[in-house]
Amino acid sequence: MEIFRTILVGLLLAGGIFFFLVGTVGLIRLPDVFTRMHATTKADTLGAGFIFLASILYRGFDAVSLKILVVLIFIWITNPTAAHIIAKAEFKKEGKSFEEISRKD
Amino acid sequence: MIIHLFIATAISLATMAFASLYRAYSGPTPADRVVSINVISTKITVMIVLIALIIKQDSFVDVALVYAMMGFITTVSVAKYLEKGKLF
Repeated sequence: MEIFRTILVGLLLAGGIFFFLVGTVGLIRLPDVFTRMHATTKADTLGAGFIFLASILYRGFDAVSLKILVVLIFIWITNPTAAHIIAKAEFKKEGKSFEEISRKD
Repeated sequence: MIIHLFIATAISLATMAFASLYRAYSGPTPADRVVSINVISTKITVMIVLIALIIKQDSFVDVALVYAMMGFITTVSVAKYLEKGKLF
């Protein structure tokens, strides 16, 4: 039973590292603000979910794992909201149509 | 043995946070820097929870919650300033 839990925690941590790595590569390599935001927001939210689920599975069910679940739900709410606000600010600041913006760089 | 997995994950997240700092240094527009700071804030929050599990200090989870709130408020404030030219 212990080795089964170790393997499951290791798989969840590896999935989290993989999605964080995909988000970082997208942040560095992609050519535009909107594409960078598209890469990082979804990948980072999913990676944080994987790593926090591994932490909850490692701790078992007590008060600390409940607090970790609260942090996870907070990140799941605020991360898409922040990306939406940044995208709206950049889109209004440019003052151009969508095709002109997306062909930059 | 299972604690080494958490240590390896924390070290990988620190390396990727330093790699994300490149975009905050050389972003062409200010929105690039805001996106990079948001990404780094998420990574640091996850790292604080992992460190709380590694050194068995349960009160660090509260620090992670406060850090996530501060990162969100920072992002919203800078985006509002970029959009309107003033905060309120």
